[in-house]
This record gives sequence, structure tokens and C-alpha cells, in this order.
Amino acid sequence: MPQKTMRDAINEALHQAMAADDSVFVIGEDVAGCNGSPSGKVGSVGGVFGVTAGLYDKFGPDRCIDTPISESAIVGAAAGAALVGMRPVAEIMFADFIGVCMDQIVNQMGKFRYMFGGKSKCPAVIRFASGGGFSAAAQHSQSMYQVMTSFPGLKVVIPSNAYDAKGLLLQAIRDDDPVLFFEPKALYQAACEVPDEMYTIPFGKAAFVREGDDVTVVAFGQMVGRAAAAIDALEALGISCDLIDPRTSSPLDEDAILESVEATGRLIVIDESPPRCGLTADIAGLAADRAFHALKAPIKQVCAPHSPTPFAPELEAAYLPSVERIKATIQQLVQG
Amino acid sequence: MKLHRDILLRAYRQMKTIREFEERAYAEIMNGQIPGFTHLYTGQEANAVGVCEHLETADTIISTHRGHGHCIAKGADVVGMMKELYGSSEGLCKGKGGSMHVADLEKGILGANGIVAGGPPIAVGAALAAKIRKDGRVSVSFAGDGSVNQGTCFEAMNMAVVLKVPVVFVIENNYYSEHTSIGYAVGCDNLKARTEGFGFPVFVADGADFFSVYEAAGKAIAHARAGNGPAGIFAETGRFHGHFVGDPQHYRAKGELEDLRENSCCLKNFRARMAESGELGAAELDAIDAEVLALVERAVTEAKAAPRPTPAQVTQDVYINYISA
Repeated sequence: MPQKTMRDAINEALHQAMAADDSVFVIGEDVAGCNGSPSGKVGSVGGVFGVTAGLYDKFGPDRCIDTPISESAIVGAAAGAALVGMRPVAEIMFADFIGVCMDQIVNQMGKFRYMFGGKSKCPAVIRFASGGGFSAAAQHSQSMYQVMTSFPGLKVVIPSNAYDAKGLLLQAIRDDDPVLFFEPKALYQAACEVPDEMYTIPFGKAAFVREGDDVTVVAFGQMVGRAAAAIDALEALGISCDLIDPRTSSPLDEDAILESVEATGRLIVIDESPPRCGLTADIAGLAADRAFHALKAPIKQVCAPHSPTPFAPELEAAYLPSVERIKATIQQLVQG
Repeated sequence: MKLHRDILLRAYRQMKTIREFEERAYAEIMNGQIPGFTHLYTGQEANAVGVCEHLETADTIISTHRGHGHCIAKGADVVGMMKELYGSSEGLCKGKGGSMHVADLEKGILGANGIVAGGPPIAVGAALAAKIRKDGRVSVSFAGDGSVNQGTCFEAMNMAVVLKVPVVFVIENNYYSEHTSIGYAVGCDNLKARTEGFGFPVFVADGADFFSVYEAAGKAIAHARAGNGPAGIFAETGRFHGHFVGDPQHYRAKGELEDLRENSCCLKNFRARMAESGELGAAELDAIDAEVLALVERAVTEAKAAPRPTPAQVTQDVYINYISA
């Protein structure tokens, strides 16, 4: 099976979805690029991370649509087009920019169906590059999916590898509900085996990345690889863990987490977002509420501190949960 | 401008229906019969009807918190709407939306909207779909003078020009954004010029005169439908009620409301014009009045008797499919 990066896997999914369904189009800032420029090289950018490369050449200006820097209008345009039967895939570039289009996401596309008594559908996908690791500082490094998970009406997807990214994006485009798709930008270059054909991965179904007996480790996005590295390093010490990647935070595969906690009696939840009202607290609460009787030790949350993301590489390295920190937390939990 | 009898009869009926729906809703709210916040469109009926008379069912509109008039003008079922105001599970939105979120997708109504200027970007999206599919539809964004100071409105207007999509921005100037006068809230002294600065034509209408709105809307919608990109309509007239029902209206000048009802009433203006031209007789307009009153009476009666939603419905209609295996 061919090896592909997450960037290429997402790009391939977009190409295939657009070829398969005329109602699919992409829209956003520089998804084609160079529109109106003196170079005349329209389409040569393909998104600032290259994720939409080639779509303009293949599908033309009506289906690979460059916009002004107007995030509210981008999301609104996707939401409105979806309400009348299209399947737009909008790009908002950095997830941090949710701040300027929150209303269109939360109050508009996320609530249409409910406010309208179930009589509408809004099959829009909004893509974001999320997370830290680039020294991109406080306004270009947040994950934001933990915030968006709290809003009913939206589905929230966080792939942790290229294979999942392709299957989850194809599911997102096919899905009749609005979907927020967070691509951990630190993983765009990470490669794994990805089939050439189209396939989908269902939402609300976690992946068991590792299987073990001592601890249940739940991690999202960029943290899945770090958790796996920590768990693999602990194998020599005779410690084995379940590593659960929920893949979607809304819907959340609660059963997979609870069943694992029932078996291991220990839970560590890892995310690169700050701790308050985030996914780690959410899942810790779930376990405390529904699997308290099975717990042999306190639930541990490994996440960023209650601080914006810093710029300097050594500060950011201290900010994001590291393999070492995850390893030490697991070891401490098991060995006391 | 001379219009076909059928258009005249329908336009009057629609304006009268909106007026009576709103006035009855006001009475029912004051009686404590309707929950929540309600913003009435009374006085502005000619705007909605003058625009929607040019639209087909497949064309779309998006409305505002003051949305009853737009929805009726676009063909929403009056009884279903009244049931929605009462919060019945038989309402247009099953009692989930209420006054501020009346919608009927099958009629091209993409919803009233509780966020000021929430609608213009969505209208651009519906117009973008029309452009991509080349289906000849237009999309209309109704918004008020309060919306024009929102960034989303600016973004939508600019993007509509950039993408050259068939959207019509209807700006209804009722002189007040909530309790604040347009003279304070709009920083320039020529809002039409400011709007035209985005790069599309804006047609001005007397919002108390159906014929004036109809004429301006005809030009704007034809412009958009022909593929020339967006257009605007600027219609001015006051609302006869407060921002919301219960608004003490401290911002009004002495005699302002009386003056509006006397001199800026689209129904009076319409009847006066018909009396002068002889195109429609007073008797046939009176007959429409009686039918409309009966319809609104039936709507209220049915709404009061309609089934109430049950607690199990709280969590329905959030998603189409939440666990998609």
C-alpha cells in the first residue's frame, strides 16, 4: 500500500470527493491562490499548507473558489450553499481564526436544523489547520476543537494520521450534518499507508492505537503519536496501555473509553489544549461519573497549562505535553 | 407603473395579512399568550411584499429577527407560523424556533435570524449555489439599518461583488437600531453611497409605498438574475411598534408614532392609489380585509388548541445522524 502524508491524503480525498459529486466545492482564502495577481499563476498556491493543491486546475474557478479574507462570509457562504443542497468544503486556514467567524459556525450552521424543527440540512465541512509545534505563537497555534465540541449541532473531527484523515474527510463530506474538521498542522508531513481508493471512517468510533492492561490512555490529534511513543517506551518496564484515539470529539465514543477504564482501572487523558473546560476535563468527568467504581487511582489530565501558546521554541516545547511528560505520568500512575 | 390586477390583489392581500398577523400577535403577547421575544414588522409590510412579488418559490430569502413579514410575503403558511409563535409542536419549526427563527425551506425561506447581520453571508452562499448550478435563482437578504454596521454585512457585500453572485441586499431603514437612531449609529451621512461603494447598484424606494418598492426591487432583482452580480434596495419607512413588544420607545419624538400610522401606512397608501386609478374597487379590498381577518382568527384559534411539544422532543432535530456508522 502506498505511503502518503496527511497533506496528500486530505488532498486526495478532496480530489476524489469533487470528482464523484458535482455538488462538492472548496472555498476559502488562497485555496487556489494568485487570483488577480500580475503573475497570472492562478491556482498555484493550493492553500497555505498546500492541502487544496491542483483542485483549481482540475475543477476550475466555480469549484475551487478563492475569497477575500472574510472568514464570516466564507463560513456563511458555505452554510448558505449547503442549506440549498450543495456540499461545500470551506477552509478557514488557522483554527485560531474561528474567533472571527464564531457566529456563523455556532449560531448559524450549528443551529439551523434545530431552530427550523428538523426541516433543514446543512452538509457543510469547515477545515482548519490546528495545534502547536511551529513556533507560530499565540494566534496561530491553538487547537480550538475542544471549544467547538461544546456546541450541539456541530460534529468535530480530529484526525491523528494520514489514513484516518482521508477516511474521516470523505465521511465528513458525505455527512448531512455540519462538520468541523481540524487538521493538526504538525502532522501534515507525517506519512503512513493510505489506500488509493475512496473509503470512509464512521464518526463516533474510536481507534484502539495500542492495547494493554494497566492504563487507559485517551489522546487527540497530535498527542496520539506522542502517547504511542511514551507507551512503547514503557513496554520494557512491563507497563502496557490501551491507547484510544476517539478521532471525533463530537460524537464521542464514550463506550470505548468506559469499557477500557472498566478493564484497566486507570485513566490518563491527553490533549494539547489548555485544561479548563477542555476535552481532558470532559472525559475525566465522564469516567468519574460512569466508571468511578472501576478506578484504582486518580484520573490524570496531561495538557497544556492555562496560558496562551508561547513563541520561543523552548517555551513551546515546555508548553505542549511531551513524550517524557506522558511517560512519567503513566509510570507514576502505575507504580504509585 | 401599471400592474396586472392579480398582482395588485395579491400584494394587497399579503400586506394586509402581515398587518393583521402582527397586530393580532401584539394583542396576544400583551395578553400573555405568546412566550419569548417578538419583534413586529407592522408598518414595513410594503418592503417584504414589494420584493417577494418578484420572486419564485425556488428563489431564496433570509430574514431577520423582525421576520414575520418576510416569511408571509415569501409564502409561509400563516397558521403554521402562528402555531410556531405559540410554541406548538405543530408549528412551522415544531416549536423549536419561535418568532425569531421562522423558516420554511420548501418555500425558499432560509429562516428568520436572531443575529443582526447573521443573514447576509448566508444569502451570499445561497446565491453562490445558484451561480455554480446556473439555475437562474436569486437570493435575497433582508436586513435593517442596524445590520449595515456589522462586519458580516461588509464581508458579505464585498464577497458578493468579488464572486459576482446573484444576491440582492435589501436594507430596510426603519430609522432605529433597537433604541438608537440611524443618525447616531451610521457614521456617514449617505448610507446609499456607502453601500454603493462596495461596487453594486442600490435602488431607493419609499418603504411605505408598495409601488415604489416593487419598482426598485424589479430593477435590483433583474440585475442580479441576469448575472450582473449583486444589487441593493434601500427602503425607508418607520415601524409602528417598538424594537420588541414591550419596548417603552423612549427614543420616539412626540407624535411620531401617530404620524407614522397616519402618513406612512402602506395599506392606506395602496387604497388611496386604487381609489384614484380605479384599478381595484373598495368593495373587493374590503372583501380581502374580511378574509384576512378570518384567516388570522383561525390561526390564533388553531394555535391555542394545537398540541404542545413534549420533553422527549428537546433533544430531537439537533443532528440528522449523530452516530454515523
